Amino acid sequence: MSIQNPNLRPLNSLATHSVLLAYTLLALFPIVLVVINSFKSRQAIFNEPLAWPTPSSFTLEGYVRILERSDFALYFYNSFVVTIVPLFLVMLFAAMAAWALAEYRFRGNRLMALYLAIGIMIPIRLGTVSILEIIVGLNLVNTLLALILVYTAQGLPLAIFILTEYMRQVPRDLKEAARCDGASEYRIFFQIAVPLTRPALATVAVFTMVPIWNDLWFPLILAPAEHTRTIQLGVQQFIGQYSTDWNSVLSALTLAVMPALILYMFFSRQLIRGLTAGAVK
Amino acid sequence: MRSSIQYALGLALATTMAVSHATTLTIESWRVDDSDLWEDVLIPVFEAEHPDIQVRFSPTSPTEYDSTVNARLQAGTAGDLITCRPFDVSLNLYQEGHLLDLTDMAAMDNFEDFARSAWTTDDGASTFCMPMASVIHGFLYNPEIFAELDLEVPRTEDEFLAVLDTIEQESSYTPLALGTNDQWESNQIVYTNIGPAFWGGEAGRQALLDGSASFTDPEFVAPFEHMARWGEYMGRGYESQTYGDSQNLFSLGRAAIYPTGSWDISYFNQQALFEFDAFPPFRVGDDGQCVISDHTDIGMGINPDSENAEAAKLFLEWLASEGFARLYTNEVTGFFSLSKHEVEVRDPVAAEMINWRQDCDSTIRLNAQIMNRGTPNMEQELWTVGSRVLNGAMTPQEAAERIQNGFSSWYAPQQ
Amino acid sequence: MRAIRLRPVPWHLLFFLGPAVVIYTLFSAWPLLDTLRLSLYTSAGPGQRVFHGLGNFVTLLTDPHWSAAFWNALWNNTKFFLIHLLVQNPIGLLLAALISLPGLRLARTYRTLIFLPTLLSVVIIGFIWQLILSPLWGVSEGLLEAVGLGHLFSAWLGRESTALITLALISVWQFVGIPLMLLYASLIQVPDELIEAAVVEGASSWRIFWQIKFPLILPTLGLVTILTFVGNFNAFELIYAVKGALGGPNFSTDILGTFFYRTFFGYQSQVGSPTMGAAVASMMFFIILCGVMVYLYVIQRRLHRYDV
Repeated sequence: MSIQNPNLRPLNSLATHSVLLAYTLLALFPIVLVVINSFKSRQAIFNEPLAWPTPSSFTLEGYVRILERSDFALYFYNSFVVTIVPLFLVMLFAAMAAWALAEYRFRGNRLMALYLAIGIMIPIRLGTVSILEIIVGLNLVNTLLALILVYTAQGLPLAIFILTEYMRQVPRDLKEAARCDGASEYRIFFQIAVPLTRPALATVAVFTMVPIWNDLWFPLILAPAEHTRTIQLGVQQFIGQYSTDWNSVLSALTLAVMPALILYMFFSRQLIRGLTAGAVK
Repeated sequence: MRSSIQYALGLALATTMAVSHATTLTIESWRVDDSDLWEDVLIPVFEAEHPDIQVRFSPTSPTEYDSTVNARLQAGTAGDLITCRPFDVSLNLYQEGHLLDLTDMAAMDNFEDFARSAWTTDDGASTFCMPMASVIHGFLYNPEIFAELDLEVPRTEDEFLAVLDTIEQESSYTPLALGTNDQWESNQIVYTNIGPAFWGGEAGRQALLDGSASFTDPEFVAPFEHMARWGEYMGRGYESQTYGDSQNLFSLGRAAIYPTGSWDISYFNQQALFEFDAFPPFRVGDDGQCVISDHTDIGMGINPDSENAEAAKLFLEWLASEGFARLYTNEVTGFFSLSKHEVEVRDPVAAEMINWRQDCDSTIRLNAQIMNRGTPNMEQELWTVGSRVLNGAMTPQEAAERIQNGFSSWYAPQQ
Repeated sequence: MRAIRLRPVPWHLLFFLGPAVVIYTLFSAWPLLDTLRLSLYTSAGPGQRVFHGLGNFVTLLTDPHWSAAFWNALWNNTKFFLIHLLVQNPIGLLLAALISLPGLRLARTYRTLIFLPTLLSVVIIGFIWQLILSPLWGVSEGLLEAVGLGHLFSAWLGRESTALITLALISVWQFVGIPLMLLYASLIQVPDELIEAAVVEGASSWRIFWQIKFPLILPTLGLVTILTFVGNFNAFELIYAVKGALGGPNFSTDILGTFFYRTFFGYQSQVGSPTMGAAVASMMFFIILCGVMVYLYVIQRRLHRYDV
């Protein structure tokens, strides 16, 4: 039997679509503006920012310059490594810790939750010198591993904080049933809790990825060498040299954001699968 | 067989030793803009003279430079050579033990006292950075617009305002390419650019420091009064105009006059769509004296943790040489070597600006020395009130009072 | 003698918490707490620090210059937060509610596209919006004129009265995807049977949302609120990118993050003070901690949780 859904009434549907469409345009307009202007000459950008590139205003100068002057493939590889590895570690370790905080009653549970949240309560740059000294002590300056360790540590608090809330929402009867069947705590976590919280895990993965991908500060401090340079750092150096040549700046910004957009588009299919498949029904 | 292995080992060892014998110096700098010049022009000259030393230029963008270099110095990962900001920022590094004392280097004699003073302790006992270059402040203008409107280069304050009036009324050009979004321009290229003519350059600066003058005296209020009139000549919505916007406005030929410093010359050489020229800050009254802000801006010191201090000293000696002075002044256009050597400047606008030294008195930025030591810091206060005066959000008198109150709250000679 | 009963080692707890706690402690918590300690010291001449008790906090809260700057930053920060709370989260909720409507076509596309701004770095966001709002470039002025509202335009980012609000709205534009995603993930978990039962009874979507879905997503809404609070009181990047560390004009966009940065690292000719900077960071820590404690001990405990 199919149920008549009120949301499919034409009027409602029209109103819904106009609101969503309007907001989508607002979200996309600035991004599109950057991309189209990155293909225009400096003067055309200034004179007619809203126009599409025409044969007379079209130029690839900015792209040519940045690809000639910087080792973009290497920067991309570095950014990819220092984003993906911490992302995986954060998701795994944070889900485990959040499960422990949400599921088990032990002394100091709340205190532990509070301790694990300190990282999002203090401006992270405060620890700069201290972190650098630790990295120097481990002889890891100018290595990708330094960034991987620091990003993992920094991604954990927020991920644990959010996931704890969702781990609490795992239905009790499922867990109890499994325990009655003699399943170990590890099995309950990996085979019940993780699949059931996939929507939240997918969401948190995106939240974790964005600040790491976009970070400029720690590459500058921990790994400024040419061979460990990330995209953001490379782009920043480039922009420093051409700060007011908008054509070059917009090309560099476009190149810096494209890999993240592509990664997200790619993941978002997985994300949606996760969201729908994992929904607790 | 055995001997050939030994031979190979020995060879490998010898090669390693030869490689490790070459020292590599790393330069920390905020001059991202010049990185090509350093790598392609300046460093190869030094390396040709010193084949056993390799130099690497490692710039960080100006906004992050001080914080990141400080962190690296503390943790011991900073480069061998540290580019020095003038006055207190570097003095503080020296006092914290992050810069070597260079007083005894013979090459220091290539510089006048005024050049060394930006990197010397208050008692004059120790100098910790080799002076490199100064920047000169003034105005760039678009001669095509001046010709179109039949304008002469203004000499006095009245002529300057008359020129602005004409541009405003008789054309659609923006008279002044200047904004207040980034705030620093209102002090570094406005107040301390036009101000010295009012307060008599060095004399006025010293009077503030010894407490015989105050910011509320007429000669220090007058530049604010002048600035309060600029609002109508600046571009529409100048309150949110950034420095980059101003540069674009001028280089695309939309604005007639651009208050700035000599460091901008190289940018406009690349970007301006016309031949630009420069004129010095105006005099006050017909027989007023011309005074320019000729600001000691950049030097270089040695990281005490460097394992290559000897090589670093060789590099600094080269920085103090006549060859470097000529090279730097002409390659890094708009930065003028501080050494005593006579250098011919090839770039026409840079040559024009350095010639002002003949006719005009020189001073440094008003608040560079000592005045930035306390809380509130005069640099930040001057940015804030200068921008508010330009925005019309504060009267010149209020601006002067706020500055004076802040200054006298911590500076004993003013109490 | 009484026999000591050994409790079994909670291996599963060690397993689940261990890796996160170790990495987090080494590379995040320890460096932060160790530096926070500096707030109890003061500089005694170059390179020397002596214990100063709560002296830095006294200076921060009572010295006219320090306290004026601190309260100004705190007040601006509060406004910044309130704008997010009142604009970002309701918009996020509305969009999440619409996108999660069953049977809505293009829902995936909307969700993906609306989230895109959240992926961008602040350097890009600051740059784009400065250009769009720039009177020189004339994009926003042109758009306003096209709908006959050209007279409303002004240099919003440059005025003391409007700069902070404008920056907060830019930040809302960027981060609205976060409440959207979190609330969406909760909304699609609302059991279908509940909604179907209501539909059979003839309830409108409006009523279904407020009477069935909304109470069920309250815990997530609490989470979104506390995340907004934490994020805003730790915010720094956007204002630094657009207005620099002084938070101009006239400190009208100065928030705790920018105040901390220039105090700790110094800015331009201001020499940084690690001890005063650590004191500012401690105040930020304290403020955010209060919020998080309220959330952990009060809100999270009281909010109704559903078990199916």
